[in-house]
Amino acid sequence: MTLPGSLDEAVAALAAMPAAVPVAGGTDLMAAVNSGLLRPAGLVGLGRISEIRGWQYQDGHALLGAGLTHARMGRPDFAALIPALAAAARAAGPPQIRNAGTLGGNIASAAPTGDALPVLAALEASLVIAGPGGGRREIPVGHLLAGYEMLGPGELIGYVRVPLLHAPQTFLKATGRTGPGRATASVAVVLDPARRGVRCAVGAVAPMPLRPLDAERWVASLIDWDGERTLAPEACAAFGEYVAAACIPDPAPAPDGGEPGTLPPAALHLRRTVATLARRALGRALA
Amino acid sequence: MTGSGGMGGMTGTAGMTDGGATAITVPTLASPGGHAEPTQGIGASLPPADAEAKTQGIYPYAADLWAEGLLWAALLRSPHPHARILSIDTSEAARMPGVRAVVTHADVPGDAAHGRKVADRPVFASDIVRHHGEPIAAVAADHPDTARLAAAAIAVEYEMLEPVTDPEQAFSAEPLHPDGNLIRHIPLRFGDPEAVGEVIVEGLYRIGRQDPAPIGAEAGLAVPRPDGGVEIYTASTDPHADRDLAAACFGLAPERVKIVVTGVPGATGDREDPGMQLPLGLLALRTGHPVKLVATREESFLGHPHRHPTLLRYRHHADADGKLVKVEAQILLDAGAYADSSSDALAAAVAFACGPYVVPHAFVEGWAVRTNNPPSGHVRGEGAMQVCAAYEGQMDKLAARLGLDPAELRLRNVMATGDLLPTGQTVTCPAPVAELLRAVRDYPLPALPSDDSEEEWVLPGGPDGAGEAGAVRRGVGYGLGMVHMLGAEGADEVSTATVKVTGPTATVICAAVETGQGFSTLARQIVQEVLGLDQVYVAPVDTDQPPSGPGAHSRHTWVSGGAVERAARMVRTQLLQPLAAQFGMSAELLTITDGKITSYDGVLSTTVAEALDGKELWATAQCRPHPTEPLDESGQGDAFVGIAFCAVRAVVDVDVELGSVRVVEMAVAQDVGRVLNPAQARARIEAGITQGVGAALTENLRTAGGMVRRPDFTGYALPTSLDIPDVHIVKLVEERDVVAPFGAKAISAVPVVTSPAAVAAAVRAATGRPVNRLPIRPQAAVAASVNS
Repeated sequence: MTLPGSLDEAVAALAAMPAAVPVAGGTDLMAAVNSGLLRPAGLVGLGRISEIRGWQYQDGHALLGAGLTHARMGRPDFAALIPALAAAARAAGPPQIRNAGTLGGNIASAAPTGDALPVLAALEASLVIAGPGGGRREIPVGHLLAGYEMLGPGELIGYVRVPLLHAPQTFLKATGRTGPGRATASVAVVLDPARRGVRCAVGAVAPMPLRPLDAERWVASLIDWDGERTLAPEACAAFGEYVAAACIPDPAPAPDGGEPGTLPPAALHLRRTVATLARRALGRALA
Repeated sequence: MTGSGGMGGMTGTAGMTDGGATAITVPTLASPGGHAEPTQGIGASLPPADAEAKTQGIYPYAADLWAEGLLWAALLRSPHPHARILSIDTSEAARMPGVRAVVTHADVPGDAAHGRKVADRPVFASDIVRHHGEPIAAVAADHPDTARLAAAAIAVEYEMLEPVTDPEQAFSAEPLHPDGNLIRHIPLRFGDPEAVGEVIVEGLYRIGRQDPAPIGAEAGLAVPRPDGGVEIYTASTDPHADRDLAAACFGLAPERVKIVVTGVPGATGDREDPGMQLPLGLLALRTGHPVKLVATREESFLGHPHRHPTLLRYRHHADADGKLVKVEAQILLDAGAYADSSSDALAAAVAFACGPYVVPHAFVEGWAVRTNNPPSGHVRGEGAMQVCAAYEGQMDKLAARLGLDPAELRLRNVMATGDLLPTGQTVTCPAPVAELLRAVRDYPLPALPSDDSEEEWVLPGGPDGAGEAGAVRRGVGYGLGMVHMLGAEGADEVSTATVKVTGPTATVICAAVETGQGFSTLARQIVQEVLGLDQVYVAPVDTDQPPSGPGAHSRHTWVSGGAVERAARMVRTQLLQPLAAQFGMSAELLTITDGKITSYDGVLSTTVAEALDGKELWATAQCRPHPTEPLDESGQGDAFVGIAFCAVRAVVDVDVELGSVRVVEMAVAQDVGRVLNPAQARARIEAGITQGVGAALTENLRTAGGMVRRPDFTGYALPTSLDIPDVHIVKLVEERDVVAPFGAKAISAVPVVTSPAAVAAAVRAATGRPVNRLPIRPQAAVAASVNS
C-alpha cells in the first residue's frame, strides 16, 4: 500500500508496481476484496492527492478532480454549477457510500447502475488521463465506458472536463424502494441553449449509458430557444416514448418475415419506466 | 426512545432518523387512575441490561470470540442446486501448507443426517447435493484465507441433475430424497362440502421467499474438551436441541457436548445453521484445537432457512349480505430441499387459512413439498403470514363484488371468543377482533399532502427522487391477522428456571435465550415483582442448565416467564414462611418492597438481607402449559395453546406511473393480553411492522433454476428508515388470557403476519390492480389505467 501525494507520484507508483490497483473511496473495490473476489498484490491509495479532490474553471468548462466525493458534489455550491451531476451524487446510495465514493471511482467501476454515468454521457464530458512521465491525454467519457479506448498500464483518471452550460439539467432515477437503492433505470436531461440542444442519456438499462440522439434532435427542434423554452405536456410525453422506444426497442422482425415477437412484461415495464422518467426529466428541465 | 407515556392522553414521540422523520406515537397504556408507569416489576419500561454495551459496540458476539491457538474453518458449498457427487478429492487441499484438517461425509462419526423434525439433512452431502450452498466439506487452517483457498481446492466431480424448482412439479418429479417429495399433506374438512354461497370470488396468490437476514451473520467457536467432548460457542436460539443433534452427529453422549450461547445478533427465525456448527465441532474434535468460523453474508443467505414461498388458490363463498358461507383453499408450501419445520408451518397455514373470521364450512388442502430451492424453515409467523395475505385479498375482492366497505365486510364476519376455528378447536382465549378493527378504522387518517406543506411530503421514490405529486394516488387497506403462540400439535412445551437469592441480589438461571425479544429483561421484571428486589441478574445460557426449548412463537414469555415466576414465588415462600410463623401470621400478609419486608399492620419490619441471615435460597420450577393434540387426517384437533390477533390499517402513496410505493402510515391495534413492558412491547410491534413492510414491498431472495441470485444486501433489499412509515399503535387491548402467565399474549409475530396483507390491500385500493403477489413488484403497482 502506497499513499502518493500527487497525481504524478501515483502514476509513478503504479508504473513501479504494475500489479497494484489504485483505490479511491473503495466502495466497490474493498467490497470485492472483503468477499475474496479480488486479492490485489498492492494498493495505491489516491486519498491524499489533494489536487484531484476539488475543481477548477477552464475556458467555459469545469475541470473536476476524479477524487471528488459524491457528498461534495451533492452540496449546493456544486449543484449551482452542474445540477444534474449534483442530483446524481445525492441519489448515489446512503451517506456512508456518498462520503467515500468518488467521481473517478464511479467511472472506473463502470457499473451499469453508476448514477454519475448517464449525466456525464449527457454532458459529453471528457476524461483527462494521467500517464507515466507527466503525460496527459483526453478522451470522451463514452469511449472509455464503451471500451472503445482503455486505460493503459500506469494510467489514472485524473480529471473530468465538463462543460458549464448555465441552463437547467435534471437527473431522475427509479429504484425498488424509497430508501437508497440501485437504479432500475435512470435518465439525465441537460439543456444546452448556446448550441440549442437537448441532450439525454439513459442509465442502468444497458451496460453503458444510452444516448437517444434522434429523440434529442427532434425535441430540440420543437423548443423556442429564444423565447420561453416551454413545451406542451404532450410533447414531453412523446419525447418520453421516443427515448424509451430507442433504448428498449421492439424485437426485430423474424428474418423469414414472420410476426415479430413482443417484449416480455418486465421489459415493457422498464420501457414505461424510462418513458415516464424521460418525460418528467424534460418537463422539470423546461419548467 | 423517549416518552414512556405515563399520563392520560400523552403520547411519546421517538427518533428523528437521517433523511426521514419516523414518528412513532403510542397511546397511553396507563392504569385507569392515571398513575405513572412503575419503575420496576411488571408494567415497567425497564431497559435491557445489555443495551448500553450493544449501542456502544463493545458487546461481544460470537464473531468476536478468540481462543489461544485457534484455527479458522471454511466450508465448501455446492455450486449447483441438484447434482450427483461422483467423487470428492481432498488430497490437494490437505497438502496445502497451514491446512490442519479436511473433513467430508466420510468423517462424520455419528449420525450422518440431522433435522428439526425428521433427520433428513446430511451433515455433508455424500452422494447427492439438493440445494445451492449445501455443505460438502470443511477445512481447518491456521489462517482464514488459507482455509478458504483450501476449501476451493477440494476437487468435486459432479453429474448435473435437472433441478426441481417449481413446487407444483414436485408431486410428479422423481423423488429428490429417499423420504419422497411430499413432506406433509393436510386435507382439512370442516362442515358441509355441498354448501354454496350466493356470491363466489376466486383468487390465486403467490408469496415470495423472505430471508430472516440477521444483522450479524452466523458465527461460532468450537473448543475441544480434555474429556474428549467439545464446547461450541454460538448464538443458538435453541441450545439444547442444537446440542442433541450435534452430539448425535459426533457420536458422543449429549453430556460431552456443551453449547454456550453468545450474544445473539438478530434472530427472527431459527438462529444459527447446524450446517455450520456441526462441521465446526467435527474440526475441533479432529484437530484438538479451537476452531472458529464466521460466515460471509453470502454463506448466511445460502445456509439458513427462509420463509416458505407459497402458492395459494382460494374460493370464498358468501351470502348477499357478505356473511361468509364457505372457504375452499389449496395451499402449497415450497419447503426447499429438506423437511426442517415445514410440517409446523403447514399446520399453521391450514388452520389459519380462513383468518379470524367465522366460517361455517371450510375445505383446505395443504401440502409442503420438497424442491431444489433454498431451504425453508422457521421464520416468525411462518404459514400464518402467507395465508393472511391471501384471505385478506379475498375479503377485499368480496367487498368489491358486494359494493361494501372492506372494513364493514370484515366486521360482519369477525370471530370472537367461543367461535370455532376450522380445525374444530374452540377459541377460548380473548379474541377482541372486532374491537381491534374498529380501533384502526376509526383512527384519524394521516393528513393529505395538500393540507400539509409540500416539503413534509416524502413522495414514493424518496426525497429528490423521481416521484411526481400529480401521479401519486393514496390508498387505504386493512389486514386482520392471527398467529398461534407456543409450539403446536402436541409439542411438549416446557421450560425450567432457577431463582437464587443472596443478600440483596437475585439471580435467574434459565436456558431461555435472549434473542432480542426481551426475555432477560422480562425475567428481571418478574423477579422484581415477586420478590421486591431491585437487583436481579440473569445468568448467561449454556446447555449445562436445564432445557427451556427454542425461542419461537413467543413461547419464552409464556413458558420460561411462567417458570421464573413460579421459582421466584417458591423462594418468596421460603423467605417469608419462617418470619410469618414467628409472628403467628400467614406469609400472604407480608410484603416485600425495595428489599424491605413489612407486615400489613406494620408490626414487622425487616430487610431481606436480615431475614436471609447469610443463607442462600434456591428454587427451581417448571412451567408446562396445557397439552395440545396433532391435527388428525381431516385437519381437526385442538392443536394450539393460544392465539393472538392484530388489526393493521395501511395508508400508502403509489406513483401509479412508475409503480413505486411508499407506505405512509401503519396503524396497529393488537390483542396483547397484558403489557408487561410498554417500551419493549412498542419496540416489538415496530420491528414486526418493519419486517412485514419488507415482505410486502422488497424482500425476496430470488432464484433462477434453483441458484440463489444476488445473496447480498444490494440484491436483497431490506427496508431502510425511509421505507418505514410512521407506526401508530392505536390500541393495545389488555384482555388477560387467563391460562397464560400474567395473562400476557405473544406480541412479536402477529404484526409480521398482518402487515403485508394490509399493505397489499392499500396498494390495491390505490391502483385498482389485483396485487396478488408479494413482494409487490413495481409493474404490479402501475395503475390499471396507465397499464393498458
